[in-house]
Amino acid sequence: MIEARRLTKTFRDKQRGEIRATDNLSFRVAPGQIYGLLGANGAGKTTTLRLLATLLKPTSGTATVAGFDIATAPEKDRANVGFLAASTALYGRLTAREMIAYFGRLNGLAEAEIRARTKRLSEEFDMHGFLDRRCDVFSTGMKQKTSIARMLIHDPAVMIFDEPTLGLDVMAARAIVRFVRECKGRGKTVIYSTHVMSEVEKLCDTIGIIHGGRLLAEGTLAELRVRYGEADMEEIFVKAVGGEDRR
Amino acid sequence: MNRHNIITVYVKELKHSLRDRRTLLSMIIIPTFVIPALTYGVGKIATKVIAEAREETPVVMLLPGGDSPGVVAALLRSRTMKIVPASANYRQLISDKKIRAAVKLPAGFEAGLKAGTAESVLILYYEGELKSSLAAGELDRFFRDLRDQTVKARLAEHQLPASLIKPFEVKRENVAPPEKVGGNLIGGLVPYLIIILCFTGAMYPAMDLTAGEKERGTMETLLCSPVARGDLVLGKFLMVLTGSLSAMLLALTSMGIMLFVMGALMTGAGGGRAAGVAVAAAQAHSASATLPSIDPDGILGVMALVLPVAVLFSAILFTVSLFAKSYREAQSYVAPMTFIVILPAAVGLLPGIDLNVRLALVPLLNLSLVCKEMLSGVWHWSYIALIFGSSCVYAGAALALAVKMFNREDVIFRA
Repeated sequence: MIEARRLTKTFRDKQRGEIRATDNLSFRVAPGQIYGLLGANGAGKTTTLRLLATLLKPTSGTATVAGFDIATAPEKDRANVGFLAASTALYGRLTAREMIAYFGRLNGLAEAEIRARTKRLSEEFDMHGFLDRRCDVFSTGMKQKTSIARMLIHDPAVMIFDEPTLGLDVMAARAIVRFVRECKGRGKTVIYSTHVMSEVEKLCDTIGIIHGGRLLAEGTLAELRVRYGEADMEEIFVKAVGGEDRR
Repeated sequence: MNRHNIITVYVKELKHSLRDRRTLLSMIIIPTFVIPALTYGVGKIATKVIAEAREETPVVMLLPGGDSPGVVAALLRSRTMKIVPASANYRQLISDKKIRAAVKLPAGFEAGLKAGTAESVLILYYEGELKSSLAAGELDRFFRDLRDQTVKARLAEHQLPASLIKPFEVKRENVAPPEKVGGNLIGGLVPYLIIILCFTGAMYPAMDLTAGEKERGTMETLLCSPVARGDLVLGKFLMVLTGSLSAMLLALTSMGIMLFVMGALMTGAGGGRAAGVAVAAAQAHSASATLPSIDPDGILGVMALVLPVAVLFSAILFTVSLFAKSYREAQSYVAPMTFIVILPAAVGLLPGIDLNVRLALVPLLNLSLVCKEMLSGVWHWSYIALIFGSSCVYAGAALALAVKMFNREDVIFRA
């Protein structure tokens, strides 16, 4: 379960002064549900997810992730979160096995458990051919699989995806989308940020449209279609943010 | 603070660093092989240059001295100088190293000697040029001898004893054992090397583990783990410290082995075949065949004092590199710091600078000075305690700053 309450984060910029990256964001994501955070570049998606993963501290407001408050129990929060973003890379000089084991250890798993889970994950994602090769020679697909295994090694209850398909080709992006759907099937609480409308349509149970750090609309795809009188997600998004000129 | 997490991070960083060519180079290859080879090479070259200069018979130009045939004949008879006839462009010839020096005899010099009215002899040479200085030294010696002979002759002429102008002798006796003399010579160089090596050994791991991680996108991956930020810093910091200490220890061990082998060569059948620093030092302090050595207790003392300085370096380099967004940016911050480190370390090499309370609080310079003393067997316990204490305080403050910076979002996620 994720519950954000009036979550606000401001940054200070030398030229632009105070920037409100997220502004009083409140939403809930239940287990077995995929919440899509839809927004243009700079809308505040990454900041929101970094706040939930306790990589950043909120300026005001708070959130609970898997029952732990992000402000008072950040380490317990992270122990229950799997975070995958286009910017979360692999250690190039480690093998896939070493990479997965490292994060298993950081999550407090015993060596026997790490070995068993690595075996299971490598079978699940067909990683046998490259498990003992260094990550710096991996193809995009291999990197993707290793990153997912790294994310799953501690079997987190909450999965946070920050534009995970950014820069991936169609096949790699499809694999990610398939995996996110599987997470839902396993009863995970999933929050997924993207600016790709089709991904939101395919994946999300609830969609939150974010713009300028504020949550402008929220609901299921069907609810949003009714509210904005549009069938196409892109048209819904444009109407929700107040027109094409609002960037 | 979770020890398991710190060790986990450290072990991973160690493995990751040992697979990085740049870190390997700065941590192992350069200190173990390059530094001792360079030291040996520079020593060898310096010894060779000095030996060649000493062996060379300097070409000296004699400027008009036709009215002093006796002095000229004596100069021509000299085996240590080759006298050439006068030429108007003698200054240029000295500058061009065609001749090493020139000597100008005043008009009527010989007659003046007899009458006791001789004017000054002028020796012309090129200051700072080794061979020219050696030639000037030879000329100096020749005319000093001539002056002594003249005085002796005058005293004999007036039937006066030689002791009239030299009522007593002054002698000097060295109380320092030859090893300690050697320790003084090498002892100045060792702390300098230690400081530089500690710094360079920490440089690459510090940049790789901070700015390098940011650049490669692994910092965010790591921060997603439930490990406390402080534990992450300590694990990474221990790796930087390992780089610093290993560079220093490997270089010292390698140089120690080199000196040991050279010592064996010197005292063995080969006799004087050993070369490098040891020979240069040995030649400098005496004709004795003893290799300059350093107090073994001094080495242990140096190790103890170097530890907080290595911590200081590691923490500062870690913090500075953390500000950078990329490896390249980190290099531009760290490279100028090398000069800040070299300067106080080099000041410690200068003769005549003694430790006092104020200098004992100056980081690096204090280490350089006290190590020099310890390596030559002098132990000023109050200064040693003050230096160790102050270094620990600086190191602790630097480490606390590193943890603080790692917790700052604007540093970690600097856009």
